[in-house]
Amino acid sequence: MSVAPAEVDLPRSADEVVPEKPWLTIVWNDPVNTMSYVTYVFEYVFGYPKSKAEKLMLDVHHKGKAVVASGSREAMERNVEVLHGYGLWATVRQDT
Amino acid sequence: MFRSTKGGGASAWLSAGEASLLRALVVPVMDLLIDPERPAPPPPAEPSESTDLFDDLEKMFNETTAEPPTRPVDPVLARLLPDAYQDDPEAAGEFRKYTESSLREAKKYFAQTLLETLPAKGGRVKLSAEQARDWLRALNDVRLMFGVRLEVTEDFETQLASLDPKDPRVAAFEVYGWLGAVQESLVHAITSK
Repeated sequence: MSVAPAEVDLPRSADEVVPEKPWLTIVWNDPVNTMSYVTYVFEYVFGYPKSKAEKLMLDVHHKGKAVVASGSREAMERNVEVLHGYGLWATVRQDT
Repeated sequence: MFRSTKGGGASAWLSAGEASLLRALVVPVMDLLIDPERPAPPPPAEPSESTDLFDDLEKMFNETTAEPPTRPVDPVLARLLPDAYQDDPEAAGEFRKYTESSLREAKKYFAQTLLETLPAKGGRVKLSAEQARDWLRALNDVRLMFGVRLEVTEDFETQLASLDPKDPRVAAFEVYGWLGAVQESLVHAITSK
């Protein structure tokens, strides 16, 4: 009987089995961007129906920020770059 | 102002004054985006008695500095090219390193589209759907520039009402409001079915 490598017997932490948390695109409230413009940008950039785009816009407006998309880090960074092109104040972070 | 046209575009009639005003507003945004290393801003000037809107605007927009790939020092550039990571300067710097110059180029392109489609002496402006989106973004960058320089809040009309009528910022607030109306009409024109 051989001796098993020590690592095998080490207890696994919960982190190891949990898949990586998704990344988020966040849009922050801004006094300049108008409600109709922000709604339009959400519709056009994300292909959201108007009702969803409006709800997100209102969340940004009333709560100060809103998560507008989630997925891979690369995809969220691309979103942020496009949103910066439209002048929206957008950031990326990993979900907690 | 703007009305929808076939194919998802938009069209509007601009007076000579409106056309030259738009040009005068977009050019400083271009200048700001072109030169990343601007001299340190001069000390803030006292509100002048000047009634020449362009003079005041020029003064307002010529104060800038920038230092990529960290967040630009100039508050207008910092707003046009914001950090992509809120509490992670390292990730924000890394993102900026790879994206800031293309974002600058994109914004210059939107401004250029506006300048190229603007009838020099006023008249009809006809935009394709794509040009209309460039206009929306160029107009928005101008509004952001005003917003930062004027420190506008969501209730800018109350701010405007509280200013002394002789304050040179009154005209700038009015232009800011007008830009919002132009942009709003363009959004409606390209989204109306």
